[in-house]
Amino acid sequence: MLTVENIHKHYEGKPLLRGVSFEVGAGETVCLLGASGSGKSTLLRIIAGLEEAESGRVLWEGHDLRGVPVHERRFGLMFQDYALFPHRSVAQNVAFGLRMQNLPPAQIEQRVQEVLRRVNLNQFADRRVTDLSGGEQQRVALARALAPRPRLLMLDEPLGALDRALREELGQFLREVLHESGVPAIYVTHDQEEAFMIADRLILLHEGRVAQDGSPSRVVQQPASVWVARFLGLTNLLPGRVVNRQPLTVQTEIGVFCPVDCAEPPALNEAVTLLIRPGGLTGASADEQFNTFTAEVRDVIFRGEGYRLTLASGGHNLSFHVPQALPAGWQGRLAVQPEALWCLRQGEHNGDD
Amino acid sequence: MNFFSTAPAARRSPEGQPPASAIWQALALWLAPLAFLIIFFFVPLGSILSVSARGLITDGLSPAAAERLGRALGFTFYQAALSTLLTVLVGLPGAYVFARFDFPAKRLLRLLSTLPFILPTVVVAAAFNALIGPRGWFNLLAMEWLNLPAPPFNLLNSLAAILLAHVFYNTTIILRVVGSAWEQLDPRLEAAARVLGASPWRAFREVTLPLLRPSLLAAALLVFLFDFTSFGVILLLGGARYATLEVEIYIQALHLLNLPLAGLLSLVQLLCTLLLTVVYTRVASRLNIPLTPRLHGEGAAAPVSLRQKLLVGGVVLVLFTLLVLPLTALAARSVARLEPARGQRGGFESGLTLDYYRELFVNRRGSLFYVPPIEAARNSLLYAGLTVGISLALGLPAAAALSRRSPLNRLLDPLLMLPLGASAVTLGLGFILTFNRPPLEARSFPLLIPIAHSLVAFPFVVRTLTPVLNSIPLNLRQAAAVLGASPLRVWLEVDLPILARAALVAAIFSFTISLGEFGATSFLARPEYPTLPVAIFRFISQPGGLNYGQALAMSTLLLLVCGLGIALLERVRLPEERSL
Repeated sequence: MLTVENIHKHYEGKPLLRGVSFEVGAGETVCLLGASGSGKSTLLRIIAGLEEAESGRVLWEGHDLRGVPVHERRFGLMFQDYALFPHRSVAQNVAFGLRMQNLPPAQIEQRVQEVLRRVNLNQFADRRVTDLSGGEQQRVALARALAPRPRLLMLDEPLGALDRALREELGQFLREVLHESGVPAIYVTHDQEEAFMIADRLILLHEGRVAQDGSPSRVVQQPASVWVARFLGLTNLLPGRVVNRQPLTVQTEIGVFCPVDCAEPPALNEAVTLLIRPGGLTGASADEQFNTFTAEVRDVIFRGEGYRLTLASGGHNLSFHVPQALPAGWQGRLAVQPEALWCLRQGEHNGDD
Repeated sequence: MNFFSTAPAARRSPEGQPPASAIWQALALWLAPLAFLIIFFFVPLGSILSVSARGLITDGLSPAAAERLGRALGFTFYQAALSTLLTVLVGLPGAYVFARFDFPAKRLLRLLSTLPFILPTVVVAAAFNALIGPRGWFNLLAMEWLNLPAPPFNLLNSLAAILLAHVFYNTTIILRVVGSAWEQLDPRLEAAARVLGASPWRAFREVTLPLLRPSLLAAALLVFLFDFTSFGVILLLGGARYATLEVEIYIQALHLLNLPLAGLLSLVQLLCTLLLTVVYTRVASRLNIPLTPRLHGEGAAAPVSLRQKLLVGGVVLVLFTLLVLPLTALAARSVARLEPARGQRGGFESGLTLDYYRELFVNRRGSLFYVPPIEAARNSLLYAGLTVGISLALGLPAAAALSRRSPLNRLLDPLLMLPLGASAVTLGLGFILTFNRPPLEARSFPLLIPIAHSLVAFPFVVRTLTPVLNSIPLNLRQAAAVLGASPLRVWLEVDLPILARAALVAAIFSFTISLGEFGATSFLARPEYPTLPVAIFRFISQPGGLNYGQALAMSTLLLLVCGLGIALLERVRLPEERSL
């Protein structure tokens, strides 16, 4: 439905977006995930027509939207901090988009009621928006964006201004409303937990480009680059070299790992980065040749459901989730399961931001 | 000097109620300012009241007088409404451009727009005279190029001239008040309306305009108030046909010597301004619309589209023309000889000349009552210095008292601001009605002039000092005390340095107010002790190119001093003003 093609944009003389392309399908919720300042909000404003890209196209069902003014695009945008009209009541805010369509008052009234009921705010219709709490304001903003039945809904960090507990609750609520309404949505956030909760598909933005585009589970299991792995909190990254291609074997400073999974097989002797996912630690038997290393336990943190171990091995710090603790200071051999290994075709040095 | 001793208990006792001793302290601080206000403001006001009441009782209101009053009142409202409308029309696009765009001349233009705040009315009148008057640039250039025998444009002594000068003066108010409200307005609100399907015009009408309405209304009311009480501009640019209440008071009191009617006019004027002030205060108090906080510096951007560039360029051009052209015309005209010299027929002897400045040192008439104009400059500087002294000596204790939370404040604060409501002409009239016996005889006691100026400056001084005194956090003083500073040292090391800048700002304000004050001075100045504005008025209303040139030369000097004041103010700006 929506196609974004090769968008370029500078901000204050620096390149912000450097050729961003992606698509959003019918009924799909796509999360744009990236660090703050990565141009996510600007991308939304370009799609909405509030800003113009220097090059590239935005298409809706194959039609170029260039020259279509903001108010004729029929996209919904929920702003960060909501941008509710402070001089209008809750109901008047929600009715605004309907009035712009010149609908008859009775129909507007009915739709406002309907949407307010959906966001559990029907008791608040006549309140001033400035008297509402952050969570209530967020729901008014959602109702206002949904009321005119937009063809596409964009949400700019909708949970950013709320505290932790509310985020969990309202995130769940947003997910329900989005799926139920069936409207395709682009959801912008810098918080990966939030993105995992909401998204059918994740698009990671880094240095003005799409770093990875895929389902949440795929992105976590098979990050496309060292940056993606780090951004998702996967920190067990070791520089290595390919010593055998079939099965793929990677030699690192702490040991040799085999077989290693990879998106596309690297060349022999290629410098790569080995990712060890934090769930794959086991004990080692003495005769194992691959996938073992010696380490010392630096730190043990109780995490409710198990422990987090911080290990030191060959000058690297590795961290794992384990069901049972080892004492701090323990030294010995440990092993990782082959399923926990992932090879990134990129040396550690050029993957750093 | 114990105004600023800051025993914490005097600030706020635990129950939130100040102890009795604090009230006595506040009262002591109030003593001098209050006595000053009573003697020099309320007593003269009482004189006006009694003179006009006596006149009404003994003679009644003659039909002719009633007609004059009605006509003056009507014209005052009419010209003020028209001026306000024009000012809003010029100022609103400017406010938008200032709030939403970054452009190269922004800083300079903002600085220039502070000029009208401080420029004396006679200077502005002289500047417009130098531009559009019969001897002004427009007419002289047209005569030269088209070879005409007489000035082709008759722009002076017209309503247009009055309106133009009022727009020059008050556009700044719209720029500041509406512009800063617009800057505070989250641009995303308008964007939200656009995304929801509103066209640009509809988004402006339904979202931006309603949110700006309180500030627009407040600014327009303030402009109306200033236009309503305008005196020098009307007297110098409007001529005899256009008499507002202020001008009518002046004519009745000084030319026709009809003091009861002048008093009555003053009362009507005072009533109107008080009413306007009350409405303004009401509106201004509702100015703060709660808005969701927004990210900083997000609103302004460089103009991108051709339409935006044209708009910004147009606004910059109009504002530059409005603010700079008259002042440049004044300065240039004061050093240009563009007409036949004295006694010379035909043949333009045009060129640069410093004659008008040289003539300032000469008493052409050789009359006892006419002094070399440069004496007027000396008088003005002397009065201005005295005004700074008096207004600060009274303003400091008043501000110190106001910054303490005392129940007296609610009563005394509005009292303090009352002189703002009374026009300078009313003040002058009150003075000559009250102080008509030695030793306080208006015309022989020259100190009355700086006293009148101090009354005008006093509210500004207090308004400048109080917020700064309030802003010094108590714990700053406590920290100094804990570190071992005695109360005197605390005052010297904490309060004084912070207050010094505010006091300097207040001093510059009262200095320039005094330099430019024309309304009250025109009543009080003796012919042989004129101030600069009075001398400019005297010279500009007399025939002859030399008199005209001298008036412009004096106006230019005054302009330079005020410009210097602005530059100084810019250097010592108070921290909370920095954002403007």
